[in-house]
Amino acid sequence: MPHKTFFWFIFPTGLAMILFIGLPIVSSFFQSLHIETQQVLMEVENCDPFGCQTNVRVDVEATDKLREENPLGRFNGFGTYLDRNHLAFDEIGEAWNSSSSMGEFKDIVLNLPFYKALLFTLTFCFSVTPPVIFLGFIVALSINTLAKSIKGLIVFGTILPMIVTPLIGSLVLFWMIDSQGIIGASIQILFDDPNLSLKASSNLTWITLIIYGIWHNTPFAFVVFYAALQTVPQDPIEAAFIDGASRYQRVRYIVIPHLYPVATFIMLICLMDNFRVFEPIIGFSAEGVAQSLSWMIYQDLRNENKMLFGSAGATSMLTIIGIAILLTPVLIRTWKEFRTER
Amino acid sequence: MKKLLIALLFSFVSASAFAGSHSPCGVTNGSINILANEFTTYRIFMDEVKSCAGPDADFNVTHSVDHNKLQVAALSANPAEFSAKLVTNGSITPLMNDGLIRPLDDLVAKYGANLNENQKITIDGKIYAVAFMANAQHLWYRESILNDLGIDVPSTYEEVIAAAEKIKAAGVMPNPYAGAFKSGWNLGQEFVNMYLGHGGEFFKSGSAQPNVNNEKGVAALNVIKKLTELSNPDFLTQDTNAVKEEWESGNVALMHVWNSGAASLLDDEGDQAIKADTRLAPSPSVGGGSKPATTLWWDGIGISTNTSDENAEASFRALVGAASSSELANDNPNATVWLIKGYTPGDTAGPVVDAANRGATPYPSFPHMSLMHGALSSELVEFLQGNESAEKALADVEAAYVAKATEQGFL
Repeated sequence: MPHKTFFWFIFPTGLAMILFIGLPIVSSFFQSLHIETQQVLMEVENCDPFGCQTNVRVDVEATDKLREENPLGRFNGFGTYLDRNHLAFDEIGEAWNSSSSMGEFKDIVLNLPFYKALLFTLTFCFSVTPPVIFLGFIVALSINTLAKSIKGLIVFGTILPMIVTPLIGSLVLFWMIDSQGIIGASIQILFDDPNLSLKASSNLTWITLIIYGIWHNTPFAFVVFYAALQTVPQDPIEAAFIDGASRYQRVRYIVIPHLYPVATFIMLICLMDNFRVFEPIIGFSAEGVAQSLSWMIYQDLRNENKMLFGSAGATSMLTIIGIAILLTPVLIRTWKEFRTER
Repeated sequence: MKKLLIALLFSFVSASAFAGSHSPCGVTNGSINILANEFTTYRIFMDEVKSCAGPDADFNVTHSVDHNKLQVAALSANPAEFSAKLVTNGSITPLMNDGLIRPLDDLVAKYGANLNENQKITIDGKIYAVAFMANAQHLWYRESILNDLGIDVPSTYEEVIAAAEKIKAAGVMPNPYAGAFKSGWNLGQEFVNMYLGHGGEFFKSGSAQPNVNNEKGVAALNVIKKLTELSNPDFLTQDTNAVKEEWESGNVALMHVWNSGAASLLDDEGDQAIKADTRLAPSPSVGGGSKPATTLWWDGIGISTNTSDENAEASFRALVGAASSSELANDNPNATVWLIKGYTPGDTAGPVVDAANRGATPYPSFPHMSLMHGALSSELVEFLQGNESAEKALADVEAAYVAKATEQGFL
């Protein structure tokens, strides 16, 4: 395609991307460099049903005046990025000097909010993605062999987990794994331990979230694989069949190589999706033991009475950098393949 | 002459009767849109507000347990998403910090004739809210279970723990205690109670510097830990409403929840055997202190700054009509402790009055308290799971608070 044609072809998409993705990112970045203006406090007398007492309150007028002078707040440079709730370099340095063993150092670092969230996010990402690709492929292969008459119904049933809103899906499961729910009670009977609770321990909660993630994401992989399976050329398969290749051999040597680029694509999307895991944490009320980077942004914007825009902006930027780092190997690989094909 | 005198007298009387006593109910102009927490007492109150507003009013109410998280964003918009918010002494500070609720002196002068003096919440000499109920967390127990095992009603947390251990050891129930320990606001609140009960102060005096990592903080955490060990293992996911459900299912013999819970815990739905056996007791003290380990709360009406005067007046009228309705209070005497004029307290008001008499502290209303509460909400979980020491958890709380307070401009 000539460059000029390509330019006009990509122009509307590019414009929309700049407007709706590029500019907000720039704006978040800009916000992340600032913190709130100094709050002006004043002493006042408060009276309520329990009596009167002297207390401090924010002098709204004086604070508003400061805010009007600096609508963005005080410039803080990369201070927010480096504070304890984000990269926490000072705390890590201190931990390195004070801890006597690697284990102790690791404990201190993983106790910092950002690294705690990063650990869960990465664990979730890498535990969910491979099973999703594997299961999606198996399901697609099996459904592809079904008779046409029941195929539609089965396909619909299979993609249900993806159709259900993540929050609702996780809430339903949350109630089912309750110690009085059907799954929770069955597990207690199975392991003969009346105190076993999936919600109580960190490890079990993590496993529950990961299983939920696999359940929710597999249909996506299935749909893509299923579509790709329709494009597998029939000639080589028939030829292999005549040559006496088993079903396993046909899949291993013809279907899989054909679907390889599709698998890369699914992996890319899954990694990106799972890196911003959020809804199940809310649905399973798992905030206590499992925090993700997206959850940290939510926490800054929703769980405080006042929105911490700077902090949320900084976490967003770090999330974007995280996704970029995560996808680099896959992108480099794709690029190399693209080059060799040329 | 005589006629004139009568006419004058009449106009004087009617003028004075109407000054300060415009009837609040029957709103026709303006729209009313209220944001409120979600629990039974508020539902009862809102029914009264709605009937006061009258059939012609444009009336909307949003009940949400996330009201604290929604309020600042929703009232910052101009025009605000809600014309009024039911506030408490905890949730009013973030609104005051940003000037999001308006002074009500003129509206109170116009429509507040039937209010008690102590319903008027004044800050720096201006009325910013009108309180209608008082609330506090206190102990609830199952009388028959305590009687069967010969346990006296506990008056300290040490006795609560001993009682729960005895119930557990007797095999009556595996998890006899319950409290709202859900990670987040609820868990933070449990620490606030226990720390104040130990006589702690959240900030170094006269500053916004945190002050929880001390002996009192550690002692408070250790009591909470013991209590959670006697609770349902899912305690980190149970908020007040979940705890009340556990109670109504008969899984719990002792719990520390809100007095307003009586509205649903003692109503005529569900297992009446359990309800008949449910008793209220004063909030226990802890660690040898004399103060009960609980906080006093008032709930009241706040009117949005960023709403039109017409909507503000309409909302205030409907709300204050309910907040001065002695029928509402006396028809539901046990729904909570009403602050309304002419209210005769019901059987369940005792523990709140007791807490006030024994010197329980009102929930701290520092402008930076919500940041401290937020830090407590997220940093105590690992201690309760046994993954870190109390000192470490409290050091984390302070560090998390400092980072946030710095960003907010308090430090």
